[in-house]
Amino acid sequence: MDSAIETTQAEHVEHEHVFVPQHRHHFETEEQQREAGSFGMWLFLLTEIMFFGGMFFAYLLYRNWYYDAFVAASNTLNIGMGAANTAILITSGFFMALAVWAAEVRKRKLLVWMLVFTTVFGCAFLGVKYFEYKEKFELHHVPGASFDVSQFINPAIDAKTGKPAANPLPPDVAQHTQIFFFLYFAMTGMHALHMIIGIALLFWLIGRAQRGDFSAGYVAPIENFGLYWHFVDIVWLFLFPLLYLINRHPLAH
Amino acid sequence: MSASSTTILNLPDQSTAQVPKKNFITAEHGLLSWLLTGDHKRIAMLYLISITVFFFIGGAFAGLIRLELLTPQPDLVASDTYNKLFTMHGVIMVFLFLVPSVPATLGNFLIPIMLGARDLAFPKINLLSWYLYIIGGTLVLTSLVLGGVDTGWTFTTPLSTHYLNTHVITTATAIFVAGFSSIFTGLNFIVTIHRMRCPGMTWFRMPLFVWSHYAASILMVLGTPVLAIAIVLVALERLVGIGVFDPTKGGDPLLFQHLFWFYSHPAVYIMILPGMGVISEVISTFSRKRVFGYTAVAFSSVAIALFGFFVWEHHMFIMGVSNYSALVFSLLTMLVAVPSAIKIFNWSFTLQKGSITFETPMLYAFGFMGLFTIGGLTGVFLGSLGMDIQLTETYFIVAHFHFVMVGGMLMAFLAGVHFWWPKMTGRMYPETLSKMAAVVTFIGFNLTFLPQFILGYLGMPRRYHAYPPEFQILNVLSTAGATVLGIGYMLPILYLAWSLKYGAVAGDNPWQATGLEWQIQSPPLTENFTTIPIMDHEAYDYDWLEHKTKQEVTTVG
Repeated sequence: MDSAIETTQAEHVEHEHVFVPQHRHHFETEEQQREAGSFGMWLFLLTEIMFFGGMFFAYLLYRNWYYDAFVAASNTLNIGMGAANTAILITSGFFMALAVWAAEVRKRKLLVWMLVFTTVFGCAFLGVKYFEYKEKFELHHVPGASFDVSQFINPAIDAKTGKPAANPLPPDVAQHTQIFFFLYFAMTGMHALHMIIGIALLFWLIGRAQRGDFSAGYVAPIENFGLYWHFVDIVWLFLFPLLYLINRHPLAH
Repeated sequence: MSASSTTILNLPDQSTAQVPKKNFITAEHGLLSWLLTGDHKRIAMLYLISITVFFFIGGAFAGLIRLELLTPQPDLVASDTYNKLFTMHGVIMVFLFLVPSVPATLGNFLIPIMLGARDLAFPKINLLSWYLYIIGGTLVLTSLVLGGVDTGWTFTTPLSTHYLNTHVITTATAIFVAGFSSIFTGLNFIVTIHRMRCPGMTWFRMPLFVWSHYAASILMVLGTPVLAIAIVLVALERLVGIGVFDPTKGGDPLLFQHLFWFYSHPAVYIMILPGMGVISEVISTFSRKRVFGYTAVAFSSVAIALFGFFVWEHHMFIMGVSNYSALVFSLLTMLVAVPSAIKIFNWSFTLQKGSITFETPMLYAFGFMGLFTIGGLTGVFLGSLGMDIQLTETYFIVAHFHFVMVGGMLMAFLAGVHFWWPKMTGRMYPETLSKMAAVVTFIGFNLTFLPQFILGYLGMPRRYHAYPPEFQILNVLSTAGATVLGIGYMLPILYLAWSLKYGAVAGDNPWQATGLEWQIQSPPLTENFTTIPIMDHEAYDYDWLEHKTKQEVTTVG
């Protein structure tokens, strides 16, 4: 055939059986719509990686420059809360994975419950984060006018040994802990912002799941939100070791 | 269409021809039907109107800058007003005109049609991207009304964080928001190109316009988020004094430069690549030949996108970066010249032995080729370390990037708008007047910016509102040129508006072009195609078109 414009009657017939109310007119098939949606989501996550990438880059750069200050500041983070949050977030991700499965096997009630659990654990994460931030305020570790480096210059004396609990830092080095704390707040804050957006979306998805939108074969929004939620989990899985764990026991000089 | 004719323009018989009654413009009525539309063609029109508005606002600032520079003395405006003028000019032109110019208007309109699809993959996100653009634009205007910003479009720290009391945060927010508009456009294009091609439309049958937009979209998606975070950090630095860019607290202003230019260098390729796509289409159509070395041109777009990410440090050669890294980045900068040259050479070979005609889009395309070549070659000068130290922060830089951005991209944008105007509106623009506008633009452009190369070489620094009297002659020439250029840009807006009502009816394929967009009615239907096409030939296959036209004639007559 010569003409570029030609009917695809055969194909129309072939795909006639696809009839989902959410099928948008400009997609030829529902399959194409679903693929386009998830491809778009992956691309969006790529932009998110680049977005966080700027901060990770800044963190690695300054960590190299101000190694001692970063070690001292990192050691003041509350590792218990951090670890608890890691566990909470992984559990939340687990329920999200189950929610995707529940949507695929078309179980409405199960899907709603899984989304609720995902939300509950997401909120628990933010709750723990709130207490962590509060602690930083009390210790004057929040960058800005109230920031105070005295803890790093004159560390508390350990009652048992009579020695300082940490190596004292010279005042100019101690100043650099502020950069650590700024990056700590920027990175965990940006992560928390993504969690808050995610939880808002979860409420919306729970409402729609309750109506049965996702238990009749149309699972794209649940799948794509799952990708987003797991991405947020993964960001934390990089933040936790970088901010809390490395240099727990700094090398003796 | 005989080979010996001086035009390939082929309009239907004007006494009987009509613009089709049913098309995407007449499909729905009322303002809301435009503001809430999901149709990529209507969104393209919304973009076209809004970027034109911002272009003329940015242009007005350029006019004021040139007027101040008419005399060596600072007499028209005070120095801080002058700083605000060039900052607003840069911010508006870069973020609100050049970045969305071709992709958001022509790309939005044409990419789905060129791929044989009914719409972009995500129509709602497409509309959202326009709203984000408008919010960004409104914020820029807000900062303008409140008193402006004078950091330069580069937001250089610590100037932007410590020394200025202007509306940095408002403008920064504007750019952050407009950036997301650009991310969503790029994301939409990539998904559409991957997933929405019609049957038979293989990657190497896509028009080069689509390839260049694909490359530009990769840059938008990967580069813009880094700008976003850099801008967030500047805003936080101003608001709470966090110290990442502040040396007194241990921060490093160079880090800002790295983050900023990691986006803003690729951004110049976001601006130029879609323009190169337009030129490929125009050159092929008006020389009646397949683009020479199709594959090379397609891959050179991707190569430019790839190399574009590894040259950013050439903006920082005099800022105290290590000599060794400067050496590496200088070499990498030269590398970008290779794919750009591949394009210019391939277009030249396309012209060779082609049946060239000189319609308006072709005149603009010739302008592009010449001016972009000059802009590109002076870029190689600036990429060499020794020359850069002499020329950086002088008018040589200003002339260089205006040759690429205005001489290159704006010419390409106008070439594209004229080329596809009959497709978008169903009407032809007046041919003689538009040819005149193209020539006036070319003359005005050269008169404005060629003297600036000399000024820069002689050492006149950029961003000052006063200069030594011996530079006056060249500055007067430049200002005179800017006036001519201004007329060159005013003309199209007048006659294009006129043509909406009084232009000749264009018919489906006035240029006898091969693209899928020319095989449907003009203006297209909302759904683009009544039935999804099957692509059974290569791009730019003029034999196929001739064969098809012949068949139509025999069946009708």
